[in-house]
Amino acid sequence: MREQGCIRSAGMRLRPWKSGPLRAASCAREEGVAFRPRVPPGLKPLQFLSAQRGAEAPLFHGAVRLWAILLVALLANSAFVCAHAQVTFGRLVNSAKEPQNWMTYSGDYSGKRYSGLDQINLANARTMVAKWVYQTAATGKLETTPLVVDGILYATAQDDRAFALDARTGRPIWMYQRQVPGDIRPCCGHVNRGLAILGDKVFLGTLDAHVVALDAKTGAVVWDVVAADYRFGYSFTVAALAVKNLVVIGVSGGEYGVRGFIDAYDADTGERKWRFYTVPGPGEPGHETWEGDSWKVGGAPAWNTGTYDAATNQIFWPTGNPAPSNRGEGRAGDNLYSNSLLALNADTGKMNWYFQFTKHDEHDWDATQVPIIIDTPGGKHLIAQANRNGYFYVLDRTSGKLLSATAYGKTTWSDAKDAEGRPVANKNASPTLEGHTVCPGALGTTNFMAPTYDSQTGLFYVTARDQCDIFSTAPQPYEAGHAFYGSAYFPSEEAEPYRGFLKAIDPATGEIKWKFEHTSPTWSGVLSTAGGLVFSGDAEGNFIAFDAASGKPLWHFQMGGAVYAAPMAFAVDGKEFVAIAAGSAVYAFGLP
Amino acid sequence: MFRRWCIGIAGLVFMVAAADGQNPLAGDAKAAKAGEYEFRINCALCHGLGAHGGGRGPDLTRAVKKHTHSDADMFQVISNGIPGTAMPANGTNGQGVGMTDEEIWQIITYIRSQEVKAPAQPLGNASHGKELFYGDANCSMCHMVAGKGGRLGPELTGVGGSRTRGAIIDSVRNPSRRLAWGLTEATKEFPQEYESVTVVTADGKKITGVTLNEDSFSVQIMDAGEHIHLLEKDKLQSFQKSRESAMPKYDVEVLSDKELEDIVAYLISVGAK
Repeated sequence: MREQGCIRSAGMRLRPWKSGPLRAASCAREEGVAFRPRVPPGLKPLQFLSAQRGAEAPLFHGAVRLWAILLVALLANSAFVCAHAQVTFGRLVNSAKEPQNWMTYSGDYSGKRYSGLDQINLANARTMVAKWVYQTAATGKLETTPLVVDGILYATAQDDRAFALDARTGRPIWMYQRQVPGDIRPCCGHVNRGLAILGDKVFLGTLDAHVVALDAKTGAVVWDVVAADYRFGYSFTVAALAVKNLVVIGVSGGEYGVRGFIDAYDADTGERKWRFYTVPGPGEPGHETWEGDSWKVGGAPAWNTGTYDAATNQIFWPTGNPAPSNRGEGRAGDNLYSNSLLALNADTGKMNWYFQFTKHDEHDWDATQVPIIIDTPGGKHLIAQANRNGYFYVLDRTSGKLLSATAYGKTTWSDAKDAEGRPVANKNASPTLEGHTVCPGALGTTNFMAPTYDSQTGLFYVTARDQCDIFSTAPQPYEAGHAFYGSAYFPSEEAEPYRGFLKAIDPATGEIKWKFEHTSPTWSGVLSTAGGLVFSGDAEGNFIAFDAASGKPLWHFQMGGAVYAAPMAFAVDGKEFVAIAAGSAVYAFGLP
Repeated sequence: MFRRWCIGIAGLVFMVAAADGQNPLAGDAKAAKAGEYEFRINCALCHGLGAHGGGRGPDLTRAVKKHTHSDADMFQVISNGIPGTAMPANGTNGQGVGMTDEEIWQIITYIRSQEVKAPAQPLGNASHGKELFYGDANCSMCHMVAGKGGRLGPELTGVGGSRTRGAIIDSVRNPSRRLAWGLTEATKEFPQEYESVTVVTADGKKITGVTLNEDSFSVQIMDAGEHIHLLEKDKLQSFQKSRESAMPKYDVEVLSDKELEDIVAYLISVGAK
């Protein structure tokens, strides 16, 4: 119990820049010890933020909800100055015990993007209001998911900006702006999806393929290492994942014929501890799935954040398309480990198993969607992914064995499954010189938008689109550092208007329990909370709260900019916030 | 290594060529083929396969173009984009470093080769087309050209420069087959699709018109009298939207092929200027 060391003062403003080392140290927590505020006598059953709370249990059960609200009201009067406590690996493993914080890209290691907070709930969501807006002054899309640790919000913006804000007010504490070279080769905008945090540092993967550690208190660069040469098309847009003392990160560049990899860096020094090449070299298993020298420019990037299972010390990291993305000629074979889910030993980067979703992909269907770890009440250890190719996959994560694959959107590329149950491409699926229509289109049924799994409803929520594209093909020689698509795809003028949805999938059956149709497809991720709510944004700029059970929209706010980011939730001073980036700003919402 | 030398020598040629605005690859069939592939990768999303125009990019097979006459013009436009339009500068779409000079010249060579292939279209009588547009054909009741006309349908000043003759004819003969801009996400910055809509307000008033813009919770409608209605969906008794165009179908009995050809000639004479 270290909370006694926390300095608490009624009505005091959070001024972390005034909290010296002593104060910061006094707030430090031991690994795995949950933060437990003092509970007045008589309120014992509350177990507010308690270690006894199960990872999947709602924060406040009905019977104690009243008590909880009272406690929240009590705590609201006393601001905790505990900023900059060390974020230990133990805290990350036990993140469910401190739902006021959001310490990894997906909120926890399992990738559920689920918040245990329920102060904002079905009963009061309609009353939500904007609490603050932070303008990043960046132009272009924001794809960031903020982190919040002990009252401080950390997020990123275009061109490798990173910043820290007072999570209650949105007032900035520091900002880092990288001098990004003018000739970087990002795929799809100068974007970044967020930071990792460990100890007293935050970690940023950059568009020029560096990994940078910043001092969480000041934004000063602690170390900066080169992962790859950006002039060959390597870049980072992903939010890294901190595991043990490692910063795990996957590279982008499937559009440039990179050789994909997943790296792990020592969080203290920046020393690279391991690298897993997602395209095996000569002599390595899987190398034979590439024709000739095609492996050298085979792509298979790893540009979205994976998940981690502490019980087995395995990282589950998804990979992207083989290069060139839309032309299979010249790279005959399955093209391992493109479009796969990899189970890697966190300490060594050695692969335990893999599962390839789309073999020999010719449609740019990166399998980089967040794979969510789900443990069923019946004791099954699953991992589920809503894949860009239009199928929802459930695997046994102990073995990588496929358990089910069910279409959750409009697909035309497969009408059969192989012996393992994997959908296989039909003969009409390949792009042609003249071009022909395939569903889903190149953007996929879903893409990088983060999904969520809510243990209360047992449903997997994902942003989906129905869109078909004309895939044509064109031979294109590889030229270092130049786009290497091998072909083009474009919208079919004859196609139906694109349709965008939020879908709730039952992982047990693959059945779609409900769907909400947006006015047009959105790139927003999804958050679920213990308040019985699901949050997502739309292309028209709305941020929307849904009833997680029925899909009924309960509340919305027009943010004035399209959403390309995923929401998250946190609490400061006992007050719950839900935050999301839209346009070029970060918004935080709460109760009036 | 050979390729590098080639690029080096080619680079010198391009520097010289750029100085006098000539395409160093003009008429080179191999360059045109390479340009076709570059075109598919970089241009076809908007300008369509075969350069015949697409979701928002003009038909480039027409010999007379709005923004470019010489190869040098075309090089400038591809390199720098066209301000105020969706045409981006090379390399500024957030997708890397863009095309080399050589690749741009290849694309120009390809476009020129397509122009040659494009059959010369017999053009109608533009001045008669103008009379029809503002007169008997009633186009101007709903469409505006150069500041004159109605507002219910798309503004058509630029349509002759951005759409193929075939696309214009098709949209007159079959207005519902493909609604106006906005069908594809690439044109999302221009959200209006002119969908037909009928709503009944809380007080029982029926409004019929076209959508100006819409999201999940609100809709903006223009009615036939050009009144703008700003509505919240949850306050409506009913909301019905249709992709059946509000524009009547002009078949040959209403508008002969010759008359339609004249109207197209008028639109091209205005839009392709």
